[in-house]
Amino acid sequence: MTEQLTAIFGSAIVGSEVQCGDQEVLFVEPAQSREILEWLKDNEEHSYDLLLDVTAVDYGSVPGVQVVYQLWSIIHKKLLRIKCSLPENRLKIRTVVDLWSCANWLEREVFDLFGVDFVGHPDLRRILMPKNYSEGHPLRKTFPLRGKFSREKQTKIALEQDYEDYYRPEQLGALGIEPVNDAD
Amino acid sequence: MMPTKKTIELSRGDPDSGNMLVNIGPQHPATHGVLRLLCELDGETVLSVEPDIGYLHSSFEKLGEFRTWNQIIPLTDRMDYLAPLMYNCVYAMAVEKLMGLEVTERCKVVRVLCMEMERIFSHLLWLGTTAIDVGAFTPFLYAFQERERIYKLHESFTGARITTSATRIGGMMADLPDGWTDDLKDFVETFPKTLDEIDSLLTRNGIHLGRTQDIGIISSSDAINAGFTGPNLRASGVDYDLRKDRPYYDYETYEFDVPIGKNGDCYDRYLVRMEEMRQSLKILSQALERLPDGPINVEDPRVSLPSKTDCMNDMESMIHHFKIVTEGVRVPPGDCYFAIEGSKGELGMYVVSDGGEKPIRWRIRPPSFVNLSVLPQLAEGHQVSDLIMINASLDIVLGEIDR
Repeated sequence: MTEQLTAIFGSAIVGSEVQCGDQEVLFVEPAQSREILEWLKDNEEHSYDLLLDVTAVDYGSVPGVQVVYQLWSIIHKKLLRIKCSLPENRLKIRTVVDLWSCANWLEREVFDLFGVDFVGHPDLRRILMPKNYSEGHPLRKTFPLRGKFSREKQTKIALEQDYEDYYRPEQLGALGIEPVNDAD
Repeated sequence: MMPTKKTIELSRGDPDSGNMLVNIGPQHPATHGVLRLLCELDGETVLSVEPDIGYLHSSFEKLGEFRTWNQIIPLTDRMDYLAPLMYNCVYAMAVEKLMGLEVTERCKVVRVLCMEMERIFSHLLWLGTTAIDVGAFTPFLYAFQERERIYKLHESFTGARITTSATRIGGMMADLPDGWTDDLKDFVETFPKTLDEIDSLLTRNGIHLGRTQDIGIISSSDAINAGFTGPNLRASGVDYDLRKDRPYYDYETYEFDVPIGKNGDCYDRYLVRMEEMRQSLKILSQALERLPDGPINVEDPRVSLPSKTDCMNDMESMIHHFKIVTEGVRVPPGDCYFAIEGSKGELGMYVVSDGGEKPIRWRIRPPSFVNLSVLPQLAEGHQVSDLIMINASLDIVLGEIDR
């Protein structure tokens, strides 16, 4: 398969290896990752139709983030791992939401926890961390376990949070409903 | 990068439309956990729904990077408190695969027992709470009575009812206590009677049929595209079960069937899970029969502690014991994705090591997280009461979604 891919995509296929005896891993260039994933999905010989996971790894020793896709072919019963290294100054990769709809939340999670920008994602915003979280992206190695801010500052921010945010007053207003004001 | 503070536009947010914005949760029994659903309604019809998650986020993956390989095990059962042993097992299995470690035959069968027991355990909770969501109270009581028996099995094996932490890299925390297999055998023999009773209460019940049939339909191609796995995917007619397609722990030698649905609606998801419990019982009785004697923990100097006698008598064993206890197990560099057929779908663990005593990255492939993301697509156009049913039929657990 690697030869086949190299013949089509040339230098975008950086390399391949086998992990743990039977797990195929393919390293690809981020610039063409989407085309390669699309080819793997649609090619009948391989048809990796199930996108199991989109995640990322920050090795710490190498600056940057490695985005990891786990693919499974239901017909051919094959597992494949695609890895894509992004340099620290350009944490950007094309989205695959239009290929697999399950990538929507998975990519949002990678954005939330690693700060990777998925170009073309329809709704890229935080998913696990609070909406007003401003300490950065927690799963990066540069992020300390207890957070970047002091406990005091974290508590202050949490208390300053506008509860109306949770009810989207601007949308309530748009629907002609007056937001309830507790101060009255 | 600055945090985004974008609010989504309502799909049909027209001020003159008279649509209602209704907030369900995060504290609501029908959301099955700390889940918030923001719905836009036209009368009783759901126009759009947006799940809001993260209320239970505990950053397990980050915590894992600061713990040794064995210290992560207590974190795994806190994610899915409805099937804790399954999470203990899959984590240990992933690390063992990365180390190239083969566990003992007895350990394999004990883990199969654990995993199939947990499948029933988890499906029973789903069954009870789903039935309650559509107004049937009795199945809930029946299901929880049976669950209590599995809780007791947990307790006598691990000392805990929910936070089991039963596995270790290379084996189990302890061997099965005396009489445990007899208790499990008793459960396997008597549980089908209760299951049949629940079956007779729901499967042909007119109200249940009306509430579940043709509700939340998803076609097989859409289900694959949406990343569905487990019973949800099989209810849509896709034959994908890891126990058959990517077998581990000799599952290919057990005799059992994989139920496949046809319509992909809530009713098919119900039928698939009911049948899965019966098939799990079949596996359990086969595993109980073949449970071999012998050691439960592997004899491998990388993970197992030398015996107390050896430690007292020879220096090398003493040093070895000290190193494993103080530094923890070391895992060779590399990465490994290992998944099992969890009760809610494909439950995977992706572990990355640089050769040290702590992981570089520990990632859980969360089945409920992916399954829940399909909810807006399934619920649109249905009534609010059907939204509750669809949400219940997906069988989510928020501890694992938020991690």
